[in-house]
This record gives sequence, C-alpha cells and structure tokens, in this order.
Amino acid sequence: MPSELKIKVNERPWTVSAPPDTPLLYVLSNELLLKGPRFGCGLAQCGSCSVLVNGVETRSCVTPVAAVQGKSVTTLEGLPAWYAAQNKLAEVPALHPVQQAMLDEQSAQCGYCYNGMIVKASELLAKNRQPTEAQIRTAMNGHLCRCGTYPRIILAVQRASRAMSGAKA
Amino acid sequence: MKLISGRRDFLKAGGALVVGFRLQETLLGQEAPPRGTVAGPPDPKQVDTWLAIHADNTATVYIGFAELGQGNSTALLQVAAEELDLDMNQLKSVRLDTNVTPNQGGTYSSASIQRGGPQVRAAAAEARQALLQLASKKLDAPADRLTISQGVVSVAGNPARTVSYGELVGDKPFHLAFTGSAPVKSPANYKVVGTPVPRNDLPDKVSGKFVYMQYVRVPGMLHGRIVRPRGQGAYGAGAKVLALDESSIAHIPGARVLRKGDFVGVVAENEWDAVRAARQLKVTWDSTPSLTGSAGMYDAMRAAKTDDRIVVERGNAADAIGAAPHKVTQNCQSPYQAHAPFGPNCALADVKPDSALVMCSTQDVYGTRRTLARILALPEDKVRVQYYEGSGTYGHSCYDDVAQAASLLSQLAARPVRLQFMRWDEHGWDNYGPAHVGEVHAAANADGKIVGYEYHGWQHHWSNVETSEQLALGTPAAEWRPNPAMQVNPRCCGGMYDIPNVRLVNHHVPGLGFLKGAWLRSPLDLSFSFTSEQAIDQLAFLLKLDPYEFRRRNIKDARWLGVLDAAASAAKWTARPAASNQSRGKFVTGRGIGMGTHLTSYGAAVAEIEIDKQTGKVVAKHLYGAIDAGLVVNPGNVESQISGQLVQTASRMFKEEVTFTKSNVTSLDWTSYPILRFEECPQVTPVVVQRLKEPSSGAGEEVMAAAAGAIANAFFDATGVRMTEFPMTPKRVLAALNRG
Repeated sequence: MPSELKIKVNERPWTVSAPPDTPLLYVLSNELLLKGPRFGCGLAQCGSCSVLVNGVETRSCVTPVAAVQGKSVTTLEGLPAWYAAQNKLAEVPALHPVQQAMLDEQSAQCGYCYNGMIVKASELLAKNRQPTEAQIRTAMNGHLCRCGTYPRIILAVQRASRAMSGAKA
Repeated sequence: MKLISGRRDFLKAGGALVVGFRLQETLLGQEAPPRGTVAGPPDPKQVDTWLAIHADNTATVYIGFAELGQGNSTALLQVAAEELDLDMNQLKSVRLDTNVTPNQGGTYSSASIQRGGPQVRAAAAEARQALLQLASKKLDAPADRLTISQGVVSVAGNPARTVSYGELVGDKPFHLAFTGSAPVKSPANYKVVGTPVPRNDLPDKVSGKFVYMQYVRVPGMLHGRIVRPRGQGAYGAGAKVLALDESSIAHIPGARVLRKGDFVGVVAENEWDAVRAARQLKVTWDSTPSLTGSAGMYDAMRAAKTDDRIVVERGNAADAIGAAPHKVTQNCQSPYQAHAPFGPNCALADVKPDSALVMCSTQDVYGTRRTLARILALPEDKVRVQYYEGSGTYGHSCYDDVAQAASLLSQLAARPVRLQFMRWDEHGWDNYGPAHVGEVHAAANADGKIVGYEYHGWQHHWSNVETSEQLALGTPAAEWRPNPAMQVNPRCCGGMYDIPNVRLVNHHVPGLGFLKGAWLRSPLDLSFSFTSEQAIDQLAFLLKLDPYEFRRRNIKDARWLGVLDAAASAAKWTARPAASNQSRGKFVTGRGIGMGTHLTSYGAAVAEIEIDKQTGKVVAKHLYGAIDAGLVVNPGNVESQISGQLVQTASRMFKEEVTFTKSNVTSLDWTSYPILRFEECPQVTPVVVQRLKEPSSGAGEEVMAAAAGAIANAFFDATGVRMTEFPMTPKRVLAALNRG
C-alpha cells in the first residue's frame, strides 16, 4: 500500500507515495521526473540506472526506495553540486569534470549508458584522483556499453583525472 | 510570425515555380495550416519541405533520417550549413514525425549521409540560390557581386550594404520547386564539411536533460508491460495461450489484464504495479517443442530444403579451382546474435477510435506508420508516428514490436499507454541477426594469383511480421522476399580481389522453424568475412607469403588497396608468413589482417590478439580499422563509429551467442548473453581514408566484417589452428587447440 516516504535526492528532500518495495529507479523517473538514471535491465547487471547513495555507486533498479530513507541520493543531475560540495568550490560548475571530459572526448554514441558511466567514474575519481588505466578498467568493469565506446570513456576518465588533479594542485 | 509554411501552401505552389517566386503575394489571404497538422509525407519536390529560414536569421532543416547515436543529425546539418553559408549554431533540425519531416526512407544500411547528404545539399543549394536572387534585388547588385557569411549577404567591396536571410524571407515559405539543379559548392571550398564538428546531441546526453523514448510521459497515461513466454520459440509457432488466470494478480488492485488473441499485456497507473503484475500473472503457454535447439541448428540448416540462387557467376570457378596448384576449403558457422539495445525498447501510444499518435524509436517512421495503420484498422493518414531516440539499436531490434504492442494496449485500454519492454522481452523476442553456415573453396596459381573462388552460404531471411501482430491478429509469420542485404554479399565474399572465376551461391533456409531474424549491424558480413578471409589467408599460407602482401597482389581496385594499406600502415605491419612466429608459452599472441564491408564503402582491419592456451580465453589487444566512405562529412564521427565497430566486433567474435533449447531462447539477460566489458576491451586505432571527390557512402558498419576476418586470422597466426565457429569462447578455443 502506498505510504509516505521521505527521501533526499540531490540535496533536496522529497516526500514520495510509492510502496516501500518500489525500486528507487521508478520513483526517480516517475515521481521526481529525473532523466539521468535510466532503465537498462532491472537486474543490476548493466549499470545504466546507477546513482550515488552516500557517495557509493548503487543500482537504483534493484534498490527499494525504503532503503534510501535517511541517506543522500545523488543522480547524474546532481553531480556538479555534489562535486562542488566535496571540493568546497564557491560555485557549482555547469558540469562535473567527468561530464565535461566525456564531451571533450566526444565519447558517447547513443549515450544511454552514460548515466552509469559518469556516476561510476565520478565515484572512482572521488576516491582515487589519479587512477591507472588498469584501475579505471577494473572500477568500470561492471558497467556495460553496447555501442563499444569503452576506449573513449577511458580517455575521458583520464582527462577528468588530469583536470581534477590540476584543480587541486 | 504566423506565416508558417504548411503543406497546403506548397501543394498549391505545385512544381511550376522555379524562379522569381513572390513571397508576399502568394501568402495573402491564405490560411496555411501549421506544419505538423496534416499527415505527411510533405512534397519532396518543394524546398519548403526541406528547410525554413527564420526571422532571427537561423534555419531549420527537416531531415528524414533518425539519429541513432551515430551522429548523423550533426553531420547532415553540416551539409546544410556548408551550402547555406550559415554557422552550425544557426541551424537546427526537428524531431522525425510523419506529419512534419520528409520521407527519405528508413535509416538503414548506413545511408543517412550517402542518400540524405545529397538531398539536403541540393535543397540547401536551391534555397541559397533563391536567397541570392532576393538579395540581389534588395541590394540592387548583381548576384555574382554578392558574398555570404553567417547568413548575411553583402556586396563585394561595400560591406555596409548587407541584408540577412532572416530579413529576406524570415519565417515565410519559399514556394519554390526543388529542381535539384542549383549549383553546389566544390569540395575544394568546403569549410564545415570534412571537419570534426562536435555532436549537437551530446551535451544533453551527459547532463541528464536528454529525453530518451524511455522518458516520454503524457498526461493520463498508463504504464504497460507485455506478458509472453520467457524467450521465443520457432518464429512460425508464435506463442499460444492455453489458460490465463486473472485472479493471480488480484492482489495488485491497480493492475488489469488486457488481451487480444494470444497477445497479453497488463496496464497500471503505477509502473511498479505493471512490472509486478506482468511477472506474477499466471499464463499457461503451449510448450510444444518447435526448435532444433542450439546444438542441432547448423545441421538442420545444412539439411533444410533450400531455395538456391546464384548471386554471382563469372568464368568457371570449379574448373579453375580443380586445375590450380594451391587450393583451400574453409567451412565456418556462426550463431544468432542479438541487437540487445542497452535500454530495452519503449513506446507510448495514444489510440483513439479514429486516430492514433505513437511515439517510438523506429528506424523508419513512415514504414512503422504503415504497419500500425494495418494493425489498428485505421487509415494511414490518421496515424501519426513520432521518433524519439532510444538507446542504440544496431538494426531491427524490438522497436516495431514495442510500438505495435503499445498501440494494441492503448486501443484495448482506451487510454494512452507507455510500454517499456523488460530486459528479457528484448533479449528473448528480438529479431536476431541470423545464424550462418559458410563454405568457401578457393585456389591460387604458382604466382600467387587467386584464380578461382566459390562461396556457399546458408541462412534465412528477415522476418516480416512482428510478434505483437502475429499474436494479436493471428497474422501468419512470413519472411521478406530476397534482397541483397540478406544474401551472400559479393563485396564481402571475394569481391575485393581480382578473381577471374567466381561463383557465389545463396542457399535460403526457410525461416519459420528457426528464430525470428532481421538485420543486425553489418548483417551476416561478419560471418561471410570470418569464412572468406580465412580462406584467403590459407592461400597466402600455402604460398608462404605474407598475408598483406598476398592480398596486395590480388587487388586492382585503388580504393580497396587504399584501405588495406591504411590499416596495415597504422598497425606498422611487417612482412612475414602467418604462424611463423609462434611461441610456446601459456600466453601466445598473433596478428591478422582482413577485408570486407557491407553494401557500400571499403573496410580493412588488423587485429592483434592474445590467447591464454590454458584457459582458452582470447582477448583483442589492439584493433586497427580503416574505412573509405568517400567524402566523409564529419571525420570525428566516423572515427567514433569505427572505434565502436571494432569493439562491437570483438564482442561478437568472442562473447555473443543466442542460445536456445527445443522450446525457447534461453539467453535473456547480460549474464546469459554476455558482451565485451572494460577489462577485455582492446585499444583501437580508427583510420578514415578521406576522399573528398567521391560520393559519400556508409560508415556506420563497414569495417566490422574486416575486423572479424582479421581476428580469425590473428588466431591462426598465434596458434597455427583455424577457428571454424564464433564466438571464440574458451570452450571452443580449447576444443580447437586440442584438435590441433
């Protein structure tokens, strides 16, 4: 039965009426009308629905909405602000450095998997600002891209890594 | 500003006016219906169908090709920008819509730039010519004294005298016949075409603003899901409901069952209710075995009573091969592979008693409109289809099936219905890229010239009736009539070589007892090249020749030679015979070269691979791919396409295989249908062979065949063993190595 749940998404509190077992993804898409997290498999196999929950990459397609009460959910749309908060920037940039790097490298083709790619790469660079190529591949290995843009994603993560390191140096 | 061009206007203008059109007079007293209010396609013989100039000195280009992630929506605007002397930021295109955009045919065979480029170029040139005439009058200067920059026309030597496109025709129709005769720019003067303009769709895709089909919502809509057996059986068998227990979802009060014939779906106000109801609804399906099972498939294909056609016959291949000193045979087989778009297909339909609006991710809005009209029993001009990009489709995935299913559900529910296929729907009910059995005989003379070549290919045709129509209306399953894209492909099967005696035979296997099939990116070509390019490599090996050098000896066509040289050069190829540098360790490496393409263009590739001889695992370390697609409008996009093709080919060669029992397909998700991942991804080197003076041709799939051949040949180079089946899974590799 629908109940009232309070969740925090992109630093904003929301009261949602979905049944508590509803996967977070459906709440984000249908109640909050966010277009970043994308339905891909509903099985936590592909990563297109990923969000950050307290900074940890999480598959929203299998995470019940009740499980994120009291936690902070960040979606693709909220990454620039999340980055600014983490790095104590005075202004929120238009894009997270990973998003900007994906544009600079013209990485995407259909772009559908890029929600998960960007979320995962942002999580990685928050923990390890200068990963090796092997570390990037390992971290990203649970995220699939059907268009085959992995090589340009790796280049973009490396570019973002340089940009973020430069910014903090 | 209300003078928006409309269909009635350009119909009245007819084809008579060529020059000297008068904007004001024509429009006085007319009520032009706004563009979009009348069923299309708009008249392709009118310039207004193709573009509009706005008062703010920008332009809209109406394009009939779908952006599928390949970047054509940017590249076609580059073509228009070039001819109109506008900057890219002064141009936009609009959503494909059967009430709005021209019918340029479906977005198939990588033809957006090949077929659409010349149309957009000619329309833009025609508009430019007319704009120059208007400017000439307005500025009182002969047209040959005028120059244009950013849509501002000025008189040479007098920069103060200017008029903009927007001032000349802003938001009014041209009423100008599209004759196709206006002069176009010489490629030597191109400023925008041939440059890597960044894609206009990517900023919204990385920020989360982009509206994929999966994110379209309309007021009052229901969420729908289909209910089918998990995984299809034989195409001809469809799926038959024996019993359906609606009470099994009584505990989900928001959900209800909709049914028409054997077509079953559920709808609910709440998406999660629809998902749960589809999962829990108890339906008993007829489970009579209808398939061969994966294991028996190739034998069944070879044993089938086939419809045989000779695709090419030149000279006498059998005699030439019989008499030659060096001859080889290569038999190969390859499985069904899935489109498996990363986001399962989705559609939103609003079907009313007398009309329908259907939003979906079709590659062909007009083709989809035709079948939807048939299924909904509505006149074609009462059905409107709008294109929303989904995730990459790589051919005929379930986009038509989902559009039909959403329309049926909406008709039954009398409400708008958004239908999202689940992962198992998409994987299990795809129109798979068909399986193939190939057999090549080839021979060379003592000088290393190929003298005879014979290819036999077995596969079925594309499926012509979608599952939803089949189940709802009982329309019998049927295959497409023969066409070149489903047959042995002469350009892939030896066509790049100068061979005097050639025989290509297509053995059409009747498809109804097999899986549903359709074109999958570079349809069948990976299979053709896997077989054919290994045979060519075998000849080089027999002659103790370097495989690159052997190919060079047998190619006359400068463009095939050009891509071959480009790929070899990128890979820093050094001459030595194949399998002459094998090591004995656990890990062995090899390199191979291959050629091939789809229907147009030219492709060549080099593969460097590594094999773990203990586990049988193969990974591509580096793939190099070269494409000659004539004039490449956006080399950045084409490099991206080549890279994606190389990675997707590695995925298809090493991982991808649709599996099935005698009853059902069993590869239903990313675990049972694995694809290549980051840790297995090769380095890639894309090479664009730019030919400014040649017409543009396809670039979205034309290096995959070459890469498949290169990978197979690299395996032989590393091991001295020929693979005869892909995907080259560890199990198959170990079996091949043990056979020796």
